[in-house]
Amino acid sequence: MAEVTLLEAVREALAEEMERDENVFCMGEDIGAYGGAFKATDGLLQRFGERRVIDTPISEAGFIGAAAGAAHMGLRPVCELQFIDFISCAYDLLTNYVATARYRAFLPCPMVVRGPSGGYVRGGPFHSQNPEAAFLHTPGLKIVYPSTPSDAKGLLKSAIRDDDCVLFFEHKYLYRRIKETLPAGDHTVPIGRARVAREGKDLSIITYAATVWKSLEAAEQLEREDGLSVEVLDLRTLQPMDDAAIVATVKKTNRVLVVHEDTVTGGIGGEITARINELAFEWLDAPVRRVAAHDVPLPYAPALEDFVLPQTSDIVRAVRWLAAY
Amino acid sequence: MAATAAVAPTTDIPAGLTRDQLLELYYWMRLTRTLEERLVNLYRQTKVVGGLFRSLGQEACAVGSAYALRREDVLSPLIRNLGSMLVKGATPLEVLRQYMAKGDSPTRGRELNIHFGDLEDRNFVGQISHLGDLVPVMAGITLSFRLRGEERVGLVYVGDGATSTGAFHEGINFAAVQHCPLVVIVENNGYAYSTPTARQCAAERLADKAAGYGIAGVRADGNDVLEAYRVTKEAVDRARRGGGVTLVELMTYRRKGHAEHDNQSYVPAGEIERWAAENDPIDRYIAALTGRYGVAASELEALDARVRAEVDAATDEAERSPFPEPTDGLGGVYADPPSAPVLWYRQGFARAVDRNERAQGWGTFNG
Ligand SMILES: Cc1ncc(C[n+]2csc(CCOP(=O)(O)OP(=O)(O)O)c2C)c(N)n1
Repeated sequence: MAEVTLLEAVREALAEEMERDENVFCMGEDIGAYGGAFKATDGLLQRFGERRVIDTPISEAGFIGAAAGAAHMGLRPVCELQFIDFISCAYDLLTNYVATARYRAFLPCPMVVRGPSGGYVRGGPFHSQNPEAAFLHTPGLKIVYPSTPSDAKGLLKSAIRDDDCVLFFEHKYLYRRIKETLPAGDHTVPIGRARVAREGKDLSIITYAATVWKSLEAAEQLEREDGLSVEVLDLRTLQPMDDAAIVATVKKTNRVLVVHEDTVTGGIGGEITARINELAFEWLDAPVRRVAAHDVPLPYAPALEDFVLPQTSDIVRAVRWLAAY
Repeated sequence: MAATAAVAPTTDIPAGLTRDQLLELYYWMRLTRTLEERLVNLYRQTKVVGGLFRSLGQEACAVGSAYALRREDVLSPLIRNLGSMLVKGATPLEVLRQYMAKGDSPTRGRELNIHFGDLEDRNFVGQISHLGDLVPVMAGITLSFRLRGEERVGLVYVGDGATSTGAFHEGINFAAVQHCPLVVIVENNGYAYSTPTARQCAAERLADKAAGYGIAGVRADGNDVLEAYRVTKEAVDRARRGGGVTLVELMTYRRKGHAEHDNQSYVPAGEIERWAAENDPIDRYIAALTGRYGVAASELEALDARVRAEVDAATDEAERSPFPEPTDGLGGVYADPPSAPVLWYRQGFARAVDRNERAQGWGTFNG
């Protein structure tokens, strides 16, 4: 079977779920004839028609709110944000209306909000964001952030079948860079389970999305140059978080580095660190440390972006610090 | 602007413009187009970092409308408003440095393309990507004029697509009830990315949205620079007199893709070519200048040469500009503290790691 990119994996998941369930439909800006800014929905209009592939006005609050209403009525909308940075325009609908619907009104909101996220692409402050932490704090929203084509496909299919709202972030740096042969058949990956991306015994890196690949790169370098055996845990789902997998890796290596691309203050690394503190403190031989972005809006110039974002060399350094602790 | 001897019959020149001003309008349109063409060359040489956005075919909209402002008036441009920014005093050098992510660009490499402003002197605001957001911001800027009794006016641009945003609606409504001295220009160029205007809005005329806000609304030919100037000037004058907000819909056409990467596969065959052949704003203006207003072709050629020389000089200078210092990215988030701290893995690592670096036996911590 041919290898596919993460982008193609997303497209396959959408098509298969639309094929499987006629209640699934897509909405978003320029997703029809144009196939989406990144071509994630390319071909869906031709295959499923205008009724199920809906080009929207530039009204994120409008179509995400409309998705909630359609979801109440038994449809399963999948909303594309042209860039995930524009999710902020629908923050009110998502956090106030959608997230509370089941709890306060017993109304299901089976919908997916997906879109390209992340930096390392010279996109500047409004085309590079990682907004997961802004939503982690809102009970009622699930958050998925895959790093491989296989996970992207399997998790998106699970997200579409999930009975609650799932925010599904697709890292645009990975869209075309990562290729993989996908499992055949109806491939799903359960929401809420982490994945050991690399086995190791000396130290664990807990991470997700693009920094999974930076961590793997660092782990290889550390093995080569330092003889260190570094485990890399890819969370894949951020809400609900896989506590069992986190505890398991802490118990195994006793040293943890948390790595993410989002800014450090208020980032998800703080939540992960707190959980380790509560669930596995006695197993630690070193303080949990974070490698994340500096606390600034993401700048555009390559020299600035490279400085602000965590790089492989930073992970290498941080691991050396932890290993020597 | 060089004064010229031959004077056209002034009765024929609309909206009280002088002959020199007519030539100036031509200069700004030509500068816009030539600068963008230069940017395309630089983009192909991968010297432009990130995307490149064109306003080909929309130069009259941008230039004519901005020309209706005074220096103290505030302009809020969008991505097709390079021409408006140049009229307001942005320089080709600034634009080139921005696009090339240079350290001495107006945003010091923090923001891209024409996302920059100057509210101190030349009075234009730096846009952000989130469409519609500048409408409420401009409502506030023009509210400040009203509250302080200043005779200043604001002009904010949106595309046809951006009229669908919540921010546009809330901002224009706020400005309307507060009688802010604001002109809202909707540049209807037929498409928002790939989406034709008819799929953006069920109303046939975007100018009709004005009725819902209780403000004046007009529609005009945006590819006629003098018409764009005239209707904007009327709206600006009304705002300055205390007459409140006007929504001006300028009809134009986006001849290039959303950005350089977009192949415009969604555009019906022949449409772009038709606009290029029959309704190019610069061609139309040249015809008007050399026909009705008695301008010699040689005068325009001289302006073209001046523009080329200016763009050449600016390009050379921008190419020589340095890239930013990496740590400059940490400054300026707050007034105080002036800079975000360098994170531990960069700052303290030298000391911390040096102390323990390369301990023998790494890799065997767990036996
Ligand atoms: C709130 C928001 N949603 C989506 C986008 C992505 N986007 C950038 S430009 C664009 C189309 C804009 O169309 P229009 O307002 O008509 O301006 P034009 O590009 O035609 O000048 C879109 C959808 C955005 N910048 N902001």
